[in-house]
Amino acid sequence: MKTWIAFSSILMKDMRSYYLKPPNISWGLIFPVAWTLMFFLRSPVAVEVRDLLPGVMALSILFGTTSMLAVTITFERKSRSFERLLLAPISLNLLMLAKTSGAIMFGIINAFVPVVFAAFLTNLVGINWLMVLASVILIAITSTFLGLFIAVSVSQVFEAQTFSNFFRFPMLFLCGLFIPLSDLPAFIRPVSYALPLTYGADILKTAVSQNGVIAVPLSFLALLAFSIFLFAYSIYNVNRKWIL
Amino acid sequence: MKIIEAENLKKKYNGFTAVDGVNFHINQGEIFGFLGPNGAGKTTTINMLTGLAHITAGSVKLLGEDYTRNTRRAQVLMGIVPDESNLYEELDGRENLCFCGALYGMRKEQREERAEQLLEQFGLQEAASKPFKAFSKGMKRKLTIAAGLIHEPEILFLDEPTTGIDVAFARQIRSLITDLHKKGTTIFLTTHYIEEAERLCERIAFIVQGKIVREGTVAELMQGMQKENIINFTLGGDFSAVETKFKNTFPDYEIKSGGDSSVSIHSPSSFTLLPLVQFFEDRGLPVFEAKIVRPSLEEVFVNVTGIELQKMQSGQPAMNGHGRKGVAKK
Repeated sequence: MKTWIAFSSILMKDMRSYYLKPPNISWGLIFPVAWTLMFFLRSPVAVEVRDLLPGVMALSILFGTTSMLAVTITFERKSRSFERLLLAPISLNLLMLAKTSGAIMFGIINAFVPVVFAAFLTNLVGINWLMVLASVILIAITSTFLGLFIAVSVSQVFEAQTFSNFFRFPMLFLCGLFIPLSDLPAFIRPVSYALPLTYGADILKTAVSQNGVIAVPLSFLALLAFSIFLFAYSIYNVNRKWIL
Repeated sequence: MKIIEAENLKKKYNGFTAVDGVNFHINQGEIFGFLGPNGAGKTTTINMLTGLAHITAGSVKLLGEDYTRNTRRAQVLMGIVPDESNLYEELDGRENLCFCGALYGMRKEQREERAEQLLEQFGLQEAASKPFKAFSKGMKRKLTIAAGLIHEPEILFLDEPTTGIDVAFARQIRSLITDLHKKGTTIFLTTHYIEEAERLCERIAFIVQGKIVREGTVAELMQGMQKENIINFTLGGDFSAVETKFKNTFPDYEIKSGGDSSVSIHSPSSFTLLPLVQFFEDRGLPVFEAKIVRPSLEEVFVNVTGIELQKMQSGQPAMNGHGRKGVAKK
């Protein structure tokens, strides 16, 4: 019970202080709209909204989770308020889960913003919503833990932003979000398969348009493996670098 | 009863020994002072005791139970006030206290009630609804101390509580520490202000370059320092007129310095004040002031560590040999 009180308080404070702030909410709304519009305006042929949806959803999650988490944790470390959490009588695993839960929830909500917009523009019948939900949750978890991995690897806020982009921008082009994996040069494809978002986007493609190329169970397993690795490595880094 | 026992506590960082085998204990209800210059190992010791640093060697017991390898278990019993006020800038005073209470598993009504108590005790009611970022440095410090007490810990760790704040707030904080002590709170206080340690602490350990060089009550630390007895008189007339007579009457006493109306008398044995006062009165020199001079903790510290106080307080420990030479008074 006591642990739950601490967990929920950390989560609620982060939601209030960071995730439910107007600039963050507007970012969550503007980002998917901007991406969708970009494809409409730049594409020489007619673009099918339904084909864009998996990529935009995956990107909304990736940017929504990593942007805020990596920066807030680095900021709290810098102002030393994170020490308060490290001194609280809760396990480090639970503390980091509490710290990341807000970002995971924010990522999940972000993912459905493009769905709401898409509902006005196209017919969404035939989508496997259960698979969409499961993949959105797993992408949000993996992306959040990627943000955590970034946060525990840097010491300055600007480093967190730079390091985030180091991962995020290659993912835009290498994870099959908008450019199919089969269209990428053969020597780049191994890099694509080493990135978690490739698997998340592929599940979404299967769920929305039935045109994924990787077996769905394999993609789920890959996302799970990435999540466990990123979380475990982050905890290891916290223990090694923050508890001296 | 011993609250904390540290045995041969060591901390090494990449080959550098920050704390080198310190031994001490803290009794229930006392204020234990850890006094030393910046970089002496005070904060590292607190970090090891509270779980913010891994212990390289040695052991720590809290209420008789070893928690060297599992400090998290003991954190519920500790209140920690770091050397920087590190509450959440965006939360107000009350919210900060309630959030800290929640971290220790306190229920909503319980933490709200306790937060109100602390805001009143620390004179922060008016700031309760202001965001922390709008607080002055002194108010931030007070609220940070209150946050350390929200869950009514067995022991409160205060790391440099008055560093960097103005005199008025420093006085308030010292007074709060005294009040907490009167109420039975056990306090581990680190400071580099000798007067603060002397005024507040019952027992003090001097830490220099990671080692405890002396430990004891203020009286114990003073022992051995007083090599001779000194008494200073301020008189209502010129001492030189009676100097010869004085030397004849008190041949064991030595007159070391003195102006026209003041004199400093030194003796290897203790003084009996009345004959001295009588001597001056009989010769028409009324005694305005008679002051027995005792060594200060500052002198003990300099004598034991050889560190110049100015250097210590500016964060640059420097060795200056032993003895009273080179003592820079505050």
